[in-house]
Formats: sequence, C-alpha cells, structure tokens
Amino acid sequence: MPNSEPLFRMEGISKRYGGVRALEEADLEVWPGRVHAILGENGAGKSTLIKVMSGVVAPDAGRMLLDGREVSFADPAAANAAGVVCIFQELSLIPDLTVADNIVASSPPKRFGMIDRAAQRRLAEDALRRAGAEDIHPSALVKDLPLSRRQMVEIAKALARKPRILILDEATSALTSNDVIKVFEVLKRLRSEGIALLYISHRMHEIAELADDCTVFRNGRKIATYEAGTKTDSEVVEMMIGREYHHVFPPKSGAKQPSDTPVLEVRNLSWSPRLNDVSLTAHAGEVVGLGGLDGQGQRELLLALFGVLRGTSGQILIDGKPISIKSPRAAKSPGIGMALIPEDRKTEGLMLPMSVRDNLTFAAMSQLSRGGIIDRAAERSAIDEMIRLLAIKTDGTAVPAGSLSGGNQQKLVIAKWLLRRPRIILLNDPTRGIDVGTKQELYQLLRRLADDGAAIILYSTDYDELIGCCDKVLVMYDGAVRRKLTGPEITERALIASALNIDAEVREAAQ
Amino acid sequence: MTDTVTSTPAARLPLRQRIDLPVVTAFACIVLLLILGSLYSPNFLSPQYLLQQLKVGAFLGIIATGMMLVILLGQIDLSVPWTVTLGAMMGCAAASWGPAGAALAIPFGILCGVAIGLVNGFGVAYLRIPSMIITLAVNSVAQGLMVAYTGGFAPQDSAPYPMKFLGALSSLGFGIPNAVLVWIVVGALAVFLLTRTSFGRAVYGIGNRETAAYLSGVPTQRLVMIAFAISGGLAAFGGVLLAGYAGKAAQSMGDPYLLPSIAAVVLGGTSILGGRGSYLGTVAGVILITLLQSILSVMQMQEFGRQIIYGIIIVAMLLLYGRDKRLR
Amino acid sequence: MKEWRFWLSEQRGTLLAVALFVVMFSIYVGNHPAIINKGFTVDTVSNVVQTAANKGSMLAFVAMGQAFVVITAGIDLSVGMIFLLANCLASYLVAGPTALALVGVVGTLAAGALCGAVNGLIVIFGRLQPIVVTIATGGIYYGIALWMRPNPGSSPGFNSDLADAMTGKLFDIVPTSLVILLATVVIIWIPFRRSEVGRAMYATGSSQIAAYMSGMPIRRAKFLAYMFSGIFAAMGGLLLTFTTYSGEALAADGGNYTLFSIAAVVLGGVSLFGGRGSAVGALFGALAFRAIGDLLFVFAIDALWQPLFQGVVLFVAVSIGAARLFRVRNRLDLFG
Repeated sequence: MPNSEPLFRMEGISKRYGGVRALEEADLEVWPGRVHAILGENGAGKSTLIKVMSGVVAPDAGRMLLDGREVSFADPAAANAAGVVCIFQELSLIPDLTVADNIVASSPPKRFGMIDRAAQRRLAEDALRRAGAEDIHPSALVKDLPLSRRQMVEIAKALARKPRILILDEATSALTSNDVIKVFEVLKRLRSEGIALLYISHRMHEIAELADDCTVFRNGRKIATYEAGTKTDSEVVEMMIGREYHHVFPPKSGAKQPSDTPVLEVRNLSWSPRLNDVSLTAHAGEVVGLGGLDGQGQRELLLALFGVLRGTSGQILIDGKPISIKSPRAAKSPGIGMALIPEDRKTEGLMLPMSVRDNLTFAAMSQLSRGGIIDRAAERSAIDEMIRLLAIKTDGTAVPAGSLSGGNQQKLVIAKWLLRRPRIILLNDPTRGIDVGTKQELYQLLRRLADDGAAIILYSTDYDELIGCCDKVLVMYDGAVRRKLTGPEITERALIASALNIDAEVREAAQ
Repeated sequence: MTDTVTSTPAARLPLRQRIDLPVVTAFACIVLLLILGSLYSPNFLSPQYLLQQLKVGAFLGIIATGMMLVILLGQIDLSVPWTVTLGAMMGCAAASWGPAGAALAIPFGILCGVAIGLVNGFGVAYLRIPSMIITLAVNSVAQGLMVAYTGGFAPQDSAPYPMKFLGALSSLGFGIPNAVLVWIVVGALAVFLLTRTSFGRAVYGIGNRETAAYLSGVPTQRLVMIAFAISGGLAAFGGVLLAGYAGKAAQSMGDPYLLPSIAAVVLGGTSILGGRGSYLGTVAGVILITLLQSILSVMQMQEFGRQIIYGIIIVAMLLLYGRDKRLR
Repeated sequence: MKEWRFWLSEQRGTLLAVALFVVMFSIYVGNHPAIINKGFTVDTVSNVVQTAANKGSMLAFVAMGQAFVVITAGIDLSVGMIFLLANCLASYLVAGPTALALVGVVGTLAAGALCGAVNGLIVIFGRLQPIVVTIATGGIYYGIALWMRPNPGSSPGFNSDLADAMTGKLFDIVPTSLVILLATVVIIWIPFRRSEVGRAMYATGSSQIAAYMSGMPIRRAKFLAYMFSGIFAAMGGLLLTFTTYSGEALAADGGNYTLFSIAAVVLGGVSLFGGRGSAVGALFGALAFRAIGDLLFVFAIDALWQPLFQGVVLFVAVSIGAARLFRVRNRLDLFG
C-alpha cells in the first residue's frame, strides 16, 4: 500500500430499502493513483455503495471522509463538485439534447447569463478526444447514437468534470471490443495522473488486466480487500457466494441424430444492419448457445425469431415448413410454440406492480379462460404447479412481483412461459444478475426441458454457461455466425477467440 | 435458495395490505359530506333526496366507467363532451324514424359512441398518436358534425320513450330510479370485466407496461382499440340517459361531464398513469363529486365559491393519497 | 454532418408550423374581400393583418405558455382559466391615467405569475401529476374570475386609450400585438431557452432521471415553466381585455382556450412527451389554428363549420406524424 492517507474512506455505511438491507456497515478505502475493483453478486450492495458515494442516495448510517474530512453529498451535483464522478450505464444522458449539451450538462460555460455554445463545443470536443471518441460529432442528438457511442459520451462527460475519483459501474458492458481497448488506455493514463478509479464489473479478465486492489462484497457487507492477483478465481468466487463453489452443470445428453427434422431452422436471416445472413438449426432436445461479445446481433436474432422485427429477409422453418412470424402472439401460438425470456426482466418480462399471480398467468390467459372468462380453479392449480416446479420463493401469490428477489423474478418470467409448454424456448442472457444458487436451478431446469423435447436457444455472456449447458454454440460477430462449435470443441479459448474474431487462435484452439 | 416450498402460498394479501387507502378515504369523505349536508338541511338525509343524488350520479357514473377503462390503460379520453352530446342527439334523432326508430334509439346512440371510440382507439393504438391530442381532435370533429347536423340550433327531437324510461323514470318501486339500476348493471359488468376476464387482466397489464404485455403475446393494439370503443359507447350511453332525463338533447350538454369524470376516477384511487385502480374507488369518486356539488348548492353557495372549493378539495385529496415517490 | 443540418432537424417542427401558417395566411389574405375590393395596398393589408393578429395573438400567448410546460413533459389544463382570470382582473385594474393603468397591467401579469407559481409548487412539492393538479386549480382560478365578474362588465375608469394602443398599429403598419408577441420571444423565450435553467427544462422533459443524475436544476426549471405559463396566459387575457374593453368569466371560452392551446402546441411541433419543440413553434401553431376560422370566413363558409374544420385539420396534422411509424423496424420501439 502506498504510504499516504486514503483519498476517500467510507465507514460503517448502512442503507435499507423497506425491509431489505442493501448495505450493512460497509467500509471502503480508495487510494489515489490506483484502480480499485469492486466484486460481488447482484444484490451484494455494489450498486448501493456507488449510489451513496456519488450522492444519488443518502445513507441511513455511517460516514464518508474525503481527504480525511467528513463529507456528505445532498445530490449528484454536490458529489461532482467534490470531485467524485460516476459513469453510469447511460442513465445520465438526456436523449433529446446534443452530445455537447450532455457533456457539460452539470456546469455549462456561460456568457451574459446564457450558455456559451462555442465554448461548450470546444469543451465537448476536448472531452471526447480525451475519451478516445473523436468520431462522435458534438452536435449529434444522443438519441440518434447507438448504445456503444452513448457509453463513450458518458465517459467523456465524466472526464469533462475533472474527477479526483472516477467510478465506473459496469461501464464497458455496452462497448465494442475496440472501444474497450481505448477506454482501458484512458483509464490507465488517468491512473498515472493520480486519479483514483473505482471499477465494478463482472468480467474477471477485465479486472485482472486493470485492477490494483480488489474488494469483495456479499449481502451488503465488505468481505475482504486484497491486492489484485493475490487470490485465485475460485477463491474470489467463494468469497462472493460464501460457500465452496463448484461449477455444477447437469450432464449433457448425447449428440443428436442429424437426420431428425430440426424443430427450428433458420436460413439466411438478415435484418440490416444488425443481422447478416444467419443460418442455424435447433433439434428437439438440443440446447443451442449463442456466444460472442455483447451487441453482435444475438438480441436481434432472438427478437427476429419471436416476430418482433419488421423487414427481415430469409426463411424461418418450423418442423421443416417455412412460416412467417409476425408478432409474439403468432410466435407463441400452438402451431409454433415459441417462448422468449427477454433481456430485461423488469421492463420486458414482468409488470412489477402487478401480483405474482397476474404475472404468472399473463401469457397463458387463453388456455386458462373459457370464452374470455378466467377459470379460477384452473388458474389456481396452474400457479401452484409452477411455483412448486420452479421453487419460486414468494410471500403468497398476491404480492407484487416487484417484491421478489432478482432470481425469483427471473423464475417467475420463466414460469410464465412454461405454463404454455413451449417447444422452442429462446433465452436472452437469463442468468445475468442472478445469484449462483438460482443459476444452478436454472441449468437443471434447462436440461430437463431439453430432455423433455424442447429446442432451446440460449444467449449468454457467461462462458462457463455456454460450455456447461450447450450442445453446440454459435459465436456471433457483427451480425453473422462466425463459427459453430460442437461438443468438445466448446472451450473458453475457442469461444473467446471466435468472439474476438481472431482466426489464428481459433485454428489453434481447434487442434 | 435451499428452502423448498412445502405448502401452496397464500392467495390473498393480509388484510392490512389489502385496504385501499384512496377508496377508504373517499368513502370517509362521503360520510363527512353527508353529515355536513344534514347540518345544513334536514332533508339532506331523506331517502328521496339521496336517491335523487344517486340518480344524478348515475349519469356521471356511467361516463366515468368508460373513462376509468381508458385511464387504466394509461391514456385519457377528452372526447367525452361531444360523444355524450352526439349519443344523446343521435338517440333522439332515431325517434323521428318511426316506432322502429324509437325502439332502436338507445342501441343506435350507443353505437355512434362506439364508432367514435373506435376512431380514438385506432389513432392511439395503431397510429401511436398521444391520446390527449387524438381525443381532442375527435371531440372537435364530433362537435362539428353535431353543429352542422342541428344547424346550430337546439335540437328539436324529443327523447323517445325508451330513453325516458331509463333516464327519468323509476319502475322498481321504493322510488329507485331506473338510471341507478342501469348504473348498477353497468358497474357490475365493469367489475366482472376488470377482475374476471382475460381482457381485464390485459388492460391492467398494458397500463402497467405495454412492452411486457406485448412480449407476452397479448394483442395490445387490438385491446386498446376495443377499450376506447367501450369507453365511447359508455359515454354515448350516458348522453342517451341524460337526454331521456331532460326530455331532449341540448348543445354542449356533455361539457360539464369531462373534468368531473376524470376527477371521479382519480379521486377513487385509479392512477392517472395507468395500471392501478379498482372500480369501487370510481364509484366512491362519483358519489363524492355528486354529493359535493349538491352540498355546495344546498349551502346556496354561489357558483364561484363552488368552483373554488371544488378545486381545493380535489387538490387536498390528491395530496393525501396520490403522491409520486421521492427521487432520493 | 454539417452544423446546419443538425439545426434543421432539431427545428423541424417549428419550421413546419411556420410554413403551414404562411401558406394558410397567404390564402387568407389573397382571398379577403377587403383586399379584393380595395386592392392590395399597404393600408388594406395591414388592416386585415391587424384584425387577424389581434385575434390570433390571444391564442398565441396562451399556446406559448403551454409550450413551456409541455416541454417539461407536463401539461397545464388551467391556462384557459388563468386567461379568464387575467381578463376579468384587467377589466378592473387597467383604469385611470395611463401610468396607473400600466401598473394595472403589471398587476395582472403578476397575478398570472402567481397562478402559475401555485401550479408549479403543487406539482413539484406535492409530487402530483400535472394533468390532475391543473384540472383542479383551473376550477379555482375560474371561481376567482367569476367572483370578480359575475356579469360581464368593465370599470368606469377603463383606460381605453391604452387598450387601443395595444391593439392598434405601430407606424400605421405593423400591428402592436405582433410586436409585443415578437418582443416576448426575443426578451423572454430566447434568453430563457439558452440559459442553464432553460436547458434543464428540456432535459426534465426528455429524461427526468438523467437530468437529476446530471445535477441539473430540475425543480427550478419546472417552477419557472409553470410560472411563465401563467404569465403568458395572463398576457393573452390582457389582450382580450384590450380588445373587448371588458371582462367576462365565460367557462366555455376558458375551456376552449385550454384545449386549443394544446392543439396549437402540437401543430407547432412540440412533443407532448416533452423534451422537444419551441414556443415559437407553438406561436405559429396557434396562428395557423386560428387561421382556419379566418379561412372559413373568407370562403364564405358558415362559421358553424369551424369546429369541424378545426378538428379535421388537427386530426390530419397529428396523423401525419404517424407516418414515421412506417420506418419503425423493431416493434418494441413503438412502446414507451
């Protein structure tokens, strides 16, 4: 440890939301010129910690010290003024304003009481250059930019505020691989300039490359702080989940006979510019994985299959027959029998204020009602069956879905679809932000569903999942299937190499 | 995660959480108003007077039922004024087509309202036009059509017997007005629709989060259009009954019903943002507003005082139970 | 992309409104009986423009006020009643010698500001939805207006000279009301829009969470938006008093002005979802909306048809916006 005072210290910070203890007596020390990584499962308190640090929420107890003096931030503006700047996942960009407006939003340069547009533009260009994003035009509207560009604007915005402490909350999840490299250069340069960096990420290889110190949180408490590289990955995961951890994946069944008619076949599916000539097959009992970096078209592929995208070209065949799917309603109809577990369970999968019961039965209303009138008995038994089957922990079925934990919410989304006994199940990164225990349950469930005859397409950003669950993996890059890996070919090396589009490594890994 | 569910979970919330604060507050205010009214005038609590209030309230109640459906979706229907008037005028107009016309007057009036609602619903659901503006435009068009139809004069057709029967008379005995019975039937159907049918479930879902409803395979656009159609039909039905009550239709007869219908729904606890609310609350809201208006007239307060108190009370009640969450 | 292309796409709504108005007004002027009879002279044209300007400016002021609030993703359903309140108040205050009458003008504007401020405070600190709050406060303001003028009337010392000056012409050509309208744009709207609070107004409407996270003055922006809405509505009411020399609390008028201001705002390219548009667009939207009635007069169509035409024009105008739906390729974009 460097022999100076910590730049920033949190002592005994606690925060409750209703009955949930998000943070309990949390401590943290942040030193200048070092990158401090924060690890932990979702719900461990990382987000709340950051929100307290950056003035978004007020702690219930505890104190924060900056340069040894106690501080408290009334709002994000106050935190910024003190030099604590947080880069969010694009929550802080105003869509209808320009890039330049957004970058200087919190303290725009003024002349005669009005905003000085020329000075603002110069500041914006400067910040964009420092962030390595010179290609972004300062007068473009933020809402017209793709997600990765918006994240870069967010980074530029943070840099423009001349931070002493820079917090990155999953800031790289939306970036292309080129951007990630550039951003890392920027971060390393900031570190050498003496700025303290706080980095939250689930990506272990990023943390390995960047971090100097690491702190693990679990259940709102700090578990340990250590220098990066002094603990193995499994030791770290153990600290994160609190018990001995083994990757447990249910055994896969044998390879499918290629003579079976695939339940789902896709031929030359295109949707410019995000999908380029995608073809795949999925047989009954098969778990097909979609891999690759974020934003390579995996989400669009699932949406296209589910009938959400307009203007797709190519063919989709169900049981060998070409079918045109125009809406989720058509996709879930008995003849096709598709289900989609969407990316964001809070906004796309559930209606959080509505009850568990209402959410669970929402996709299966037609089979639970006669002539439009709900059959309460049938509803009751279907709900009970699903809750038992998936072991959903809930305080009754009348409570709002929002009161469930993340893992149970995801189970609720899955249960909603399982009520329809779908033959084709599409899952969009279902275990993102889910605790490890629930993940295990979901892996078991997926294998069981496959064994019962469903064809499953699983998009995951977790390599272990792709390796452990899938019979074959299609790695996507730039909207096309770059490589298909089957059976023993699915290794982390091959997945990463294909994802980064590195031919040499792919050949090597295949040997 | 290691716990297993051993017994089937409870289907109902504990009583404390089930009590709907707005509904309780609304009914409490109703009681308060009744007490206040009785202090001013001994007749206030007499059955005839109360039934008269219910009768007047029934018209607002039927219109507010349609408005509630639309608000539950997270939308608003500003075409109520002229849908009401159009329903009334068309119903009366049908009478001039002979006995068959008189018999069909009520369904015809309602159907005109349904047509207006379909236009609203199409604009909102398929053209994605904000409901505030499309219903405004449709209101203007409806007004235009009616003004052109009557030449700007008061309509001469008097209401045919079926309309008078439902709107003005009492046939069940004990002086219970038919209009109140109609409201009870409409209300019962509304409650059934909202709580026991897949349509009702879908309405709450769409009002909560249309994206999730769409991704669950619910035909959200079609259902929104149907909801607006129902709302238009109910508004027209209210107009039909009003014409029956008054004996004939009148220009701008629907104007006094727009803001009170919105206020009644909101005071009953339905969130203006959609997805939340019970019909019982709307009933309470309607009765509350009707009583408020009649107390203010019993107190012989002048019009200006009534308006001011009306406004203040609505703000006060909203502050009691309509507040959004803090940002921090 | 060149700078001006960005500016163009941002101002698209406003420019369309200006174009719409110019087209409609040209047709109006071209077919006006006075011009056809007396020829296309400066005098006749300026008279025609003056009458139209006085009528149109009233709605234009109210619409501009509404624009402030709509840009914050709110709505002000009490503008029509503030308009009436100002009208009635001014019929008392704009009296006596000119200096005193001017104080009365200021007093009326202050009353409008107060009404707007009350709206803003309830919305911000009560954390209530603007639509319901302003319905209720509208009733209160109407009640006050009715208390002031139970019957239409004017005060004996009413300063009709001032009124005439405000509704007359400057240099015998340009209608004063237009000059005042232009002045409010230059003195109030443009500086406000370019200020930090003005930008916060747009940010609040676009994404309140993001504006909060960026540390922008959301509460100040909302408060000022509602306050300006009240002030502008009061300006409209003042203009009505100047035109009619009296005050009248006619509920139907108030309701109409409220609803027409929303129509004007939409025609003017201001998005009801907030974050986009300009009060200048609302101004021209209002003038265009008013021009519908003028066009009917000019083509000798019975005034009875006015509501129908207004409704149809509005309907068509907002449906055109729906054409963008054809470009939507991911249906999830259809939902909020």
